[in-house]
Amino acid sequence: MCIAIPGKITSILNENTATVDIGGIKREVNLDLIGGADSSLIGKHALVHVGYAISLISDEESEEVLKLLRDVMDLS
Amino acid sequence: MENIEQKLISRINEHATPLRIMHVCGTHERTISKYAIRDIISDDVQLLSGPGCPVCVTPVEDIDFAIELARSGKVITSFGDMMRVPGTTGSLFDARSDGYDIRMVYSIDDAIKIAKDNPTLEIVFFGIGFETTAPSNAAALLRGVPENFSILTSHKLMPPAMEILTRDTNVDGFLAPGHVSTIIGTEKYDQISEKGFPIVVTGFEALDVLLGIAMVQNQLETGRSCVENAYPRCVNVEGNLKAREMLYQVFKKTDSKWRGIGMIENSGLALKKEFDQFDAVNVHADIYKELHEKRASESDNVDGENRLYEECICAEILTARAQPPQCPLFGRRCSPEAPVGPCMVSLEGTCYNWYKYRHNKGI
Ligand code: SF4
Repeated sequence: MCIAIPGKITSILNENTATVDIGGIKREVNLDLIGGADSSLIGKHALVHVGYAISLISDEESEEVLKLLRDVMDLS
Repeated sequence: MENIEQKLISRINEHATPLRIMHVCGTHERTISKYAIRDIISDDVQLLSGPGCPVCVTPVEDIDFAIELARSGKVITSFGDMMRVPGTTGSLFDARSDGYDIRMVYSIDDAIKIAKDNPTLEIVFFGIGFETTAPSNAAALLRGVPENFSILTSHKLMPPAMEILTRDTNVDGFLAPGHVSTIIGTEKYDQISEKGFPIVVTGFEALDVLLGIAMVQNQLETGRSCVENAYPRCVNVEGNLKAREMLYQVFKKTDSKWRGIGMIENSGLALKKEFDQFDAVNVHADIYKELHEKRASESDNVDGENRLYEECICAEILTARAQPPQCPLFGRRCSPEAPVGPCMVSLEGTCYNWYKYRHNKGI
């Protein structure tokens, strides 16, 4: 129920709705919670939960996680 | 990546001291059970499963009310997981078998569509879930819903429950729920960490969970307790402000009953007065009142949920006072095919995950 799945925004359908590709399956997803739908979002990744995008997924993830990993590993 | 996971496991195990880390998210339990993380890290580092499954903490009273509404001719819509959790007189699925109109939906928008397509029917959406789920209901109400639509809201907020757990359960630190945190941000946990509990907001891959564990361990080793974020790709300090703004335009905080824990102050969400006409408790106040009067008159039923399944120890499971194999029904009378208690129903339930991923190993 609380499971959220990342998907890629592929097209905008109207002011609140976009098509999101979730692992090859296309779904209509509401974007109200991330400020509504606009074309600048196409190509971005969003976390989708019960039909709503709840956050955008940052592109810089790997670098930030690598830094965290380095920090904990360095201690050992 | 495999190499990094290996290194993290070695790091955790080389630094292992007796330590109890609790997660409060059903999806974390899934990752931990699925990748057998408890088996690959030192026994000293115990991973406890808290009240992180929204279906599991929904009180019997709310399920009973939903069923009573169905019996009086309303159409009940809810997420699949909610359907099989038993109330006093069976589950929503049981009520459906009895011929009442109960429909499974994927989102609140599906339920609204049913209302629009059927203007002569009264549609009630049974809204459950934590901070991740409630904003979608708020967004829908703000967009406008038809008059024949109402919400039975049973939403819960996670930080107040964590606060209670720091007092009542023996925990050293928390893996905070990644998806709840996309909405509330990391700052909402500050007060808890300031009391001496390390908190790491954690994602849902095996690597994320291992990193979260190592970061909690690291804080304890260095005598710190603060809120750290191991899920920066989705979570930031302030969370999703837009979603929170919508949430509190529609809902206000209220005391809420958690199955297994009891009443927790300010841990639930109720619709604000302006939305009374969409609040199932208000729209169907007669049914609500009757049910509660009946419950009150059955004085020995105050503890109804424990009487329901006498041997089920879900209350202990939800507060990490016991593990599933300690339940006499686990894997015997209670399985995902025939769940006795709520923890065996949902993909996020602790008993479900222990059964699915550990049972065959004879654990
Ligand atoms: S095994 Fe079943 S009956 Fe036992 S605690 Fe878990 S859900 Fe309840």
